[in-house]
Amino acid sequence: MTDQWAPVALVLVSHSRTLAEGAAQVAAQMAPGVRILPAGGTADDGLGTSFDRVDAAVREATAGGGSVVVLTDLGSAVLTAESVLEATDGATADRVRIADAPFVEGAVAAAVTAHGGADVDQVLASAQAAGRTFGPAGTVAADTTAGVVPEGATAPVVGPDGSVRATTVLRNPLGLHARPAALMVRMLAPFDAKVQVNGVNAASVLELMKLGAVKDDVLVVTAQGPQAAEAVQRLVADVEAGFGEV
Amino acid sequence: MTLDAAWAVDWVRRSAATVDEHRDELVELDRQIGDGDHGENLARGFRAVVAKLDGLDAPPTTIGDVLRLVATTLMSTVGGAAGPLYGTAFLRASKAGSAAALDRDGVVALLEAALDGIVTRGRAGAGEKTMVDAWTPAVAAAVDAADHGAPPSQVLAAAARGAQAGAEGTVPLVATKGRASYLGERSAGHLDPGARSSALILAAAAQAAADAD
Repeated sequence: MTDQWAPVALVLVSHSRTLAEGAAQVAAQMAPGVRILPAGGTADDGLGTSFDRVDAAVREATAGGGSVVVLTDLGSAVLTAESVLEATDGATADRVRIADAPFVEGAVAAAVTAHGGADVDQVLASAQAAGRTFGPAGTVAADTTAGVVPEGATAPVVGPDGSVRATTVLRNPLGLHARPAALMVRMLAPFDAKVQVNGVNAASVLELMKLGAVKDDVLVVTAQGPQAAEAVQRLVADVEAGFGEV
Repeated sequence: MTLDAAWAVDWVRRSAATVDEHRDELVELDRQIGDGDHGENLARGFRAVVAKLDGLDAPPTTIGDVLRLVATTLMSTVGGAAGPLYGTAFLRASKAGSAAALDRDGVVALLEAALDGIVTRGRAGAGEKTMVDAWTPAVAAAVDAADHGAPPSQVLAAAARGAQAGAEGTVPLVATKGRASYLGERSAGHLDPGARSSALILAAAAQAAADAD
């Protein structure tokens, strides 16, 4: 049963049962291979956090030997999660991380990273980077070439530094919204390559979404690493196929 | 003179009674600078603790056993931050109170452990308009009383007075931790509900000890 899940699970701790469940739904849509356990509300479903619910979720998520990243909303959710960890045996607690991250954005980013088979600290880092993605303008590094809009699609070329570059045109009507962004991240995960789209890290679903790329926009795809060419080729093919939306 | 498990049980029952009696006051204090759930949450938590005590087949034999039951029950039943904060305080105190009886130094160690738990869990220091502002002077007063050779009941009485003075001292403070910190400067002029409930609970400890003398 546990074999079908990614090695890192998520536990979403909120003051509200429905908020935790809703956030879990949003994240699961983009990362169906990740076990995402909501732990919201008090024992009688009031507003607040329940030690027992968080404890049960952490136990369930770690039962098969897997790791967990816990996301929390307001104050007592953090305290309750920490109390659960204090009461958890050391070997299990070592596999659990509490993310200092925005609840929904962090859950989505963590889920997509976990879906690619990342380890617990990579998933944690992804969740914690989610806050910066929505920070002041300029916090996401922009590729200086992103502003130079080519005419249209161009075949991959290998630059003098060994990096691969291609351009492609978004075809699907809704542009690079959540679903295709998540598909892109998940598709790229197995490749041994660092990939950028219009200058942002293509391993980050939130940075891809923040591009706000719409239909007919040109995407500049660059990649470095042993499998850079394969990754770019596959990405271009997926974009041209419209992510199954055309 | 020492305190035993019977004192701890009496402390817990008196805590439940005083929290229930002051529930509306705590609700109102929390409504002014928080989310208004402190009185209700804490009353529900202590009611659950009393129900668990009543359901035991045999009375607990150590102070630590009593306080561990309080800790786990509060963590499970109090929805707000008070659950993990008081839960951790009682959990740490239970480790300090594992002996069958506590003398004056044991009482001080228990209070210090509780304060340590609150500070660890809440990451708050003194002067931030939190429970810490009641517990810090409580521990200082207890240490002072013990240094002067006071018996356990007097150590707790000093702690209770220190906690109440500390709670009153939170009125002019601006909150920088917890939900009240969202109010910024507007949090000044209000008594912190967590400091107030801490003072009530320590007063219950002192009364239980006075009765045991």
